[in-house]
Amino acid sequence: MTATQDSQAQIPVTVLTGYLGAGKTTLLNRILTENHGQRYAVIVNEFGEVGIDNDLLVESDEEIFEMNNGCICCTVRGDLIRTVQNLMKRKNAFDAIIVETTGVADPAPVAQTFFMDDDVRASAKLDAVVAVVDARHVLQRLEDTGEAEDQIAFADVILINKTDLVSAEELATVEARIRSINPYAVLHRSERCSIDIAKVLDRGAFDLDRILSLDPHFLEHGHHADECGPDCDHDHHHHDHDHHHGHGHDHGHHHHDEDPHSVKSISLKAGDLDPNMFFPWVNQVTQIQGPNILRMKGILAFKGDPQRYVIQGVHMIVEGDHQRDWKDDEPRESRLVFIGRDLNWEVLKDSFQACVAQ
Amino acid sequence: MPTVAPVEVDGYVVRAGYLKDTAFFASGEGDIVLSGQGETKLRPHKAGLLAAEPTVDGKGLITSGDDGCIFLNSLDGSSECVAERPRKWIDLIAAGPSGALAFASGRTAWVRFADGQEKEFAHERAVGGLAFAPKGMRLAVARYDGVTLWWAGTDGAPVDLSWKGAHLGVSFSPDGKYVVSAMQENALHGWRLSDSQDMRMTGYPAKVKSFSWSVKGRYLATSGANAAILWPFFGKTGPMGQAPLQLGTRSDSLVSAVVCHPKEDVVAVGYQDGMILMCRFEDNAEVLLRRPGLGPVSTMAWDADGVRLVFGTETAEAGIISLQD
Repeated sequence: MTATQDSQAQIPVTVLTGYLGAGKTTLLNRILTENHGQRYAVIVNEFGEVGIDNDLLVESDEEIFEMNNGCICCTVRGDLIRTVQNLMKRKNAFDAIIVETTGVADPAPVAQTFFMDDDVRASAKLDAVVAVVDARHVLQRLEDTGEAEDQIAFADVILINKTDLVSAEELATVEARIRSINPYAVLHRSERCSIDIAKVLDRGAFDLDRILSLDPHFLEHGHHADECGPDCDHDHHHHDHDHHHGHGHDHGHHHHDEDPHSVKSISLKAGDLDPNMFFPWVNQVTQIQGPNILRMKGILAFKGDPQRYVIQGVHMIVEGDHQRDWKDDEPRESRLVFIGRDLNWEVLKDSFQACVAQ
Repeated sequence: MPTVAPVEVDGYVVRAGYLKDTAFFASGEGDIVLSGQGETKLRPHKAGLLAAEPTVDGKGLITSGDDGCIFLNSLDGSSECVAERPRKWIDLIAAGPSGALAFASGRTAWVRFADGQEKEFAHERAVGGLAFAPKGMRLAVARYDGVTLWWAGTDGAPVDLSWKGAHLGVSFSPDGKYVVSAMQENALHGWRLSDSQDMRMTGYPAKVKSFSWSVKGRYLATSGANAAILWPFFGKTGPMGQAPLQLGTRSDSLVSAVVCHPKEDVVAVGYQDGMILMCRFEDNAEVLLRRPGLGPVSTMAWDADGVRLVFGTETAEAGIISLQD
């Protein structure tokens, strides 16, 4: 056989989310101007107040395509399919693609495009979803919109920007709130999106080979946010000592605690699983509850299997594969993380436990 | 024995074909190679080239690019920018009667008439394909949830052909009785225009990206499977209830491009691995025209007599195959 498409490298794609004014374009321009020798094709959906200086810049109107397979969450971005296919006619002109979404964009169809369209999948691979949030306005945005929460829940990397515009206490509140939505993303702080670009690009967040651990990520100099559970009682402690907190903010957090529709995450743990129980279970969970599952990741131990099995998903899309042998000093432990809303955590927990190998 | 004369190109061959006796090869990187008595190279667009289509009279080549320009390129090597939409990527074009052409970007299609006048056709959702009817100034626009048929020369009401989903490429049958679209799903959808009867043509393992009508429009040949799939369009019912022909079946590669011979019931079939076969409808006899190469065949076209076939691939290979020496 001669070389075919399979042997050609897939172009990495980074998706930038965040509402208008958070600093997406500033981050984009930092990436583009930093001297790294990479050439980017940039796909934008809206033009903000900051211009973008790049040779290969495509403006595309968001087009959500529903797939005719009876699945309401199986949506893709038709404009992205079209643009990626057009870009592939100029493969010599760029090394990577950055997609800047609109402030109100749902990140799921963007991500699903890279799994559900065969042509796109053959030529490009999703590297990571990066959310830029504005430290000063994010809490209000979370109050006002569902999109802000979706973007944070969906992200692999979250950049808390404009940290110079808030106090240390306010920043701690923001971080705790973000952690309560998504404890598994890598979180960075920045002013004017000043960050080492390597922390944003080439993350391999959807790459099964690179799912190494599922421990929640925390800032080393954070306010012991790792003590926070999803309900985040701990954060209230900070509130009590925060002299600058306003009524609206306090109310917001209270609201979050009681809102059953807000995004939550759950980490399921077990020892060896029975694959004959697990796979039908995970298929059923994602088929039935897919619309409410934003992201899923897992590292699994199957009884009698010397290899780690890794799995990841977006809504109803699930993919998994063997990764490597379990190391001798590594406990054989199955971990499965869901981030979503309106999920019945107790039922999930119990039914997952039923997959444990006897 | 067929012979292959390679032609040097600088990238993904978006379109290859003939302008009268001159072969052309338009690459995504921007070069247009004209190969006739000698070789000429044009580069009308500032950057990439997204689509190319010969004019109906065969004297010119319409091209569009990511510079937002539509160029009309002539055999003498001249290029004229005939329309421009700054900042837009114009990735769809179609050649119409009386020197008209159509182009589209995003949700809007435009027709430019020979006298330079333009007419805009707005749609609520993305436009996926354009085709002029074989007769009359009628334009089919494939869009999300169906196809719209516009009378470009008059202000008459459009005809909406509805079918849920995203419709990409579109084509009229040569007799003008049918419109067929290729969908985002691995399927074709057709309409009989006399009564808007729907026709579903499914079962493809991949998207249908290439289609070609055979002599007199008897068959529609399509890519997207491990054989060329040819749907019968003769008789009263068209392909409904009929099994398609499957020509050039292979177990190890999908068909990426098809083009029917202009005079015989024969189709040239290009594959993902770069191989090209010629297949006869009647008995499925096969002739190897090109061995596998570096990548998928992206475009093919016959000359008017059907003795030469031009081809291009996604991996910057191109050539002219002569059936006679």
